[in-house]
Amino acid sequence: MSDSTDNTEGTVIPYTTNDPSIRAELSEIDRSIRSASIFFIVSAVGWLLLGTIFALIAAIKLHEPSFAVGTEYTTFGRMRAAHLNSMALGFGNNMIFGVCLWIMARLCRAPIRHGGLLLIAGAFWNIGLTIGIAGLIKGDITSVEWLEIPKYATPLLAISYILIGIWGVMAFRFRKGEHVYVSQWYFLGALFWFPWLYVIAQIMIIWAPAQGVVQSITNWWFAHNVLGLWLTPMALGVAYYLIPKVLGRPIYSYYLSVLGFWSLALFYNWAGVHHLIGGPVPVWLISAGIVASVMMVIPVVVVAINHHMTVVGLHREGWRSPTMRFVVFGAINYTFVSLIGSAMALRDVNLVTHFTHFTVGHAHHGAYGFFGMILFGGVYYMMPRMLQREWPSAALIKIHFWGSALGILLMVFALQIGGWFQGLQMNNPEIAFLDVVQNTMPWLKARSVSGFLLLVAHVAFAVNFFWMLFAAGKFRTKDTPTLLHTQEEGAA
Amino acid sequence: MKSLPLLFLGIFFMLAFSFTGIVLTSHVQFGALEQTTESLEADENGNPVMPEGETLYPLREGGVALQGKEVYISMGCIYCHSQQSRRDSFGADVARGWAQRATVPRDYISQSRVLLGTMRTGPDLVNVGGRLQGDGGREWHHKHLYNPQITSKGSNMPSFAFLYKVQAIDGAPSADAVAIPADSPYAPPAGHEIIPTHRAKVLVEYLLSLKIDYSLPEVPILD
Repeated sequence: MSDSTDNTEGTVIPYTTNDPSIRAELSEIDRSIRSASIFFIVSAVGWLLLGTIFALIAAIKLHEPSFAVGTEYTTFGRMRAAHLNSMALGFGNNMIFGVCLWIMARLCRAPIRHGGLLLIAGAFWNIGLTIGIAGLIKGDITSVEWLEIPKYATPLLAISYILIGIWGVMAFRFRKGEHVYVSQWYFLGALFWFPWLYVIAQIMIIWAPAQGVVQSITNWWFAHNVLGLWLTPMALGVAYYLIPKVLGRPIYSYYLSVLGFWSLALFYNWAGVHHLIGGPVPVWLISAGIVASVMMVIPVVVVAINHHMTVVGLHREGWRSPTMRFVVFGAINYTFVSLIGSAMALRDVNLVTHFTHFTVGHAHHGAYGFFGMILFGGVYYMMPRMLQREWPSAALIKIHFWGSALGILLMVFALQIGGWFQGLQMNNPEIAFLDVVQNTMPWLKARSVSGFLLLVAHVAFAVNFFWMLFAAGKFRTKDTPTLLHTQEEGAA
Repeated sequence: MKSLPLLFLGIFFMLAFSFTGIVLTSHVQFGALEQTTESLEADENGNPVMPEGETLYPLREGGVALQGKEVYISMGCIYCHSQQSRRDSFGADVARGWAQRATVPRDYISQSRVLLGTMRTGPDLVNVGGRLQGDGGREWHHKHLYNPQITSKGSNMPSFAFLYKVQAIDGAPSADAVAIPADSPYAPPAGHEIIPTHRAKVLVEYLLSLKIDYSLPEVPILD
């Protein structure tokens, strides 16, 4: 992997950006990718708002079953799938394309070539997704979890992935410098892994279905890896880039970075079958999934130590920076959500949590509390550098942070406490099923409240974002970064 | 990390490992199971064989029920209803009467799309056709789909009333009208009746067809 004297990998990032030649180089890179990145982030914000609306409709329906039942287009199953796909493929992937590809370009230290390729890929992506989500609401939903997009839209998505993969390889091919920074390992891995997962899952479930439960096994190998080998490495790559950048301090340990990356790559992709514990699949397969899920403790603890030791002593600076608030919140949640996930894979725990809202809480904890928050942090860092202007409102950033942070924590607590009781009661045949359903109601209502908090947060984010994008010069031109406590000097 | 080929090889082999181990191995091990009789008998050499003339299970899916499955898929029923049963000592699936035995891979071999599901906001449906049968079951499903509160007060399942049409009774009531008592708050206006559309009818036939009422050599139904 690397020679043992190479313990200064952290210095590869120009984290001390007072050097004018490096600053000039970075802004040239930023300019080269600007139109593509902004296109992706604008798309992500749009999908975020739409996905939040779908989410609220679905959440309210679970405790007010007579809400919006007049038409099949808003029935629960379709709203839930529309929400998931808007968020995962619309918000999540556009954020990844916007933030991670930009960081990739910076780390390759060369202005990007063929930026047009990214715009074409972005157009394919968003058109394909629009057709796909409209199609599933219309009734062409596949009812395969995480692969709900109808058959006629998926080729557009596949083309887009392939174009982005090609771009990634080319950016890499023309990079300057010897070192490959830890963020690049994660990005490269994810860019390579995801198309493989997606194409195999499409073929084996939709186009040429495998027999019987081999479909289900492929389904969960894929769906868990969307989190494990796509969202997670992308968010970790962003965290590994931003933490040293903002705090001006290299990553604590290069060796822990290596261990964290390879152990994640080894264990995470075996873990998915824990979604089938107790189900009609061979026990050896389930056991392999449980072992891998528990082994995930290694990469998680390693990354937690590495990030924590980098940040330690600089919490005050971190708290003042919008970027760091979001990134640190996300990084802490990565530790918690992953440890909970490992525990959920144990048979005795899974017996309670399986088939309940506990799992739904867990999915949001990971996808939003960890991935979403870190990517928000990435956008707060990126946009001022793209647009050469600052975020207009610190107050809106605070509303966004607190709405998101409190919203997601309330959701996780409500669904996991409620889900735990739901599981215990469901396993007790003395309790009538409809009583179990009724006992989840307070928790489901609390979840809807959390959804409104998230809506407020997302609207605040969108307003601040578009204000920044379009109202150039309308707000006071600032020459200092927008910080959340402005009385002191500090990090950006 | 400087060696790019090594990085790429590592990235490739990590996913190749789980793809081989999980997906390909499953496909090889049980991706070509066949139908079988409920139990096997020994031939003269002591090898297990299928007795002749007995029904092969699981039955092939087809006909009206298969059309109903399309409706089940298009309504996203899977997001609240699983179709799998865990063994008796692991969870209350059997104790709740959802099925008489655990389901195994062979139960799903004739399904073009497998809908195991991961959520039980509503009860498991793998054997719902065994629990609710015949005309009584059909009537129950229609009432329940039209408005779940009629049969299951306090349920959070949405109404699928858009799969039914309310029409004025023309002469004699239609034979397939949904039998909602006139004093029910969900009853249609006087002189009207509720008629299932084609989609409602095939959906109910699909639900009636979901049955695990047979043994397999690997999982006999125990009394």
